[in-house]
Amino acid sequence: MDYADSDPSPDAPAGEEGAASWQTDLSRAPAATKIVIAGGFGVGKTTFVGSVSEITPLRTEAVMTSAGEGVDDPDAVPGKATTTVAMDFGRITLDADLVLYLFGTPGQKRFWFMWDDLVRGAIGAVVMVDTRRLADCFPALDYFESGGLPYVVAVNHFEGTPRHEAGAVREALALAPDVPVLIMDARRRVGVVETLLTLVGRALDVSPGVPGVPGATGVPAARGAARGVNPA
Amino acid sequence: MTTAAPAPPATARVPAQARAAAPRRGGGPAVRRSARVRPYSLTGGRTRFGHVLLVETFVGAPAAPRAAGPGPDVPAPGPGGLASRVLPEARAILGLCRRLRSVAEVAALLKMPLGVVRVLIADLADQGRIRVYGSGHTPGRPDRALLERVLSGLRRL
Repeated sequence: MDYADSDPSPDAPAGEEGAASWQTDLSRAPAATKIVIAGGFGVGKTTFVGSVSEITPLRTEAVMTSAGEGVDDPDAVPGKATTTVAMDFGRITLDADLVLYLFGTPGQKRFWFMWDDLVRGAIGAVVMVDTRRLADCFPALDYFESGGLPYVVAVNHFEGTPRHEAGAVREALALAPDVPVLIMDARRRVGVVETLLTLVGRALDVSPGVPGVPGATGVPAARGAARGVNPA
Repeated sequence: MTTAAPAPPATARVPAQARAAAPRRGGGPAVRRSARVRPYSLTGGRTRFGHVLLVETFVGAPAAPRAAGPGPDVPAPGPGGLASRVLPEARAILGLCRRLRSVAEVAALLKMPLGVVRVLIADLADQGRIRVYGSGHTPGRPDRALLERVLSGLRRL
């Protein structure tokens, strides 16, 4: 299933040997759903995805032409700056007719334009936390709280660092008592699966079965309008 | 399970819905395109999708060109058939989509920005060259039935 992590050329895309059986039947498609993995840089999002994904995590990029947004390249010409935001994602075939995608997304506030797009239709989010850099997850927490997307907090415990109790993390992050907090290791599949299970359970808990709840709230008007079709 | 499960009634739903809801781009005169345009210019700032193209949306293109012929906004066919009438980027997408792919997978495997890939896929779908599959569930937040299916799927891992 694994293949070389080298950059695949467009002529020989990676993942071919890992093709799932449902990919060859174009007469129908499985149901597709997704979970967002959020958190600061280096918190282990891609590791998390890779621990359960049936494909080596793929990277997709969105190019943002920034106007007044944060600019990564200090040498960029003012007004012409672009920022490339990378998202790593993985895939799990849960059933012959059900495929789950995991999207790791950068945690900075200035990338919210991507989050709006990502969370549309998402089951929920896993907010990954590194207790050494707790503040890195604040924007993600704020975003999901305000948007009403179900989320759980996964403390990625790095070896050799103090192990914090879930209660202490909950307090430090001022989380609501019903938000699940897990202490886990993103490299270990069992913990990752448990985190996903907890999230889906959480989504079920807060799902009243009301179809009117939009997948993405807080979509800026311009983006919402540009999106065109809203099947709802 | 594969056949008995509630197969998404997506076959014709999403494209039909999309067509009904959004005016087709270039309903009038054919849009002139050069085959030598940078991908970024191709998008031309268009972000109005005639199809619902989320990152996880599946797309697929059968190997054989459609018997129905070219879409309405395709210029007069050249001598070379389908390939000569399709932009290289779009051709790469069609090639990749001989297998079912998500929009994000297409972008990642072709190393093209997500936004560009979406616009190209939307165009191909409008032309009937690529099929956009429904999500298999209602739009918006997943319903309880889907969540239950995900839960039991994860438990089997």
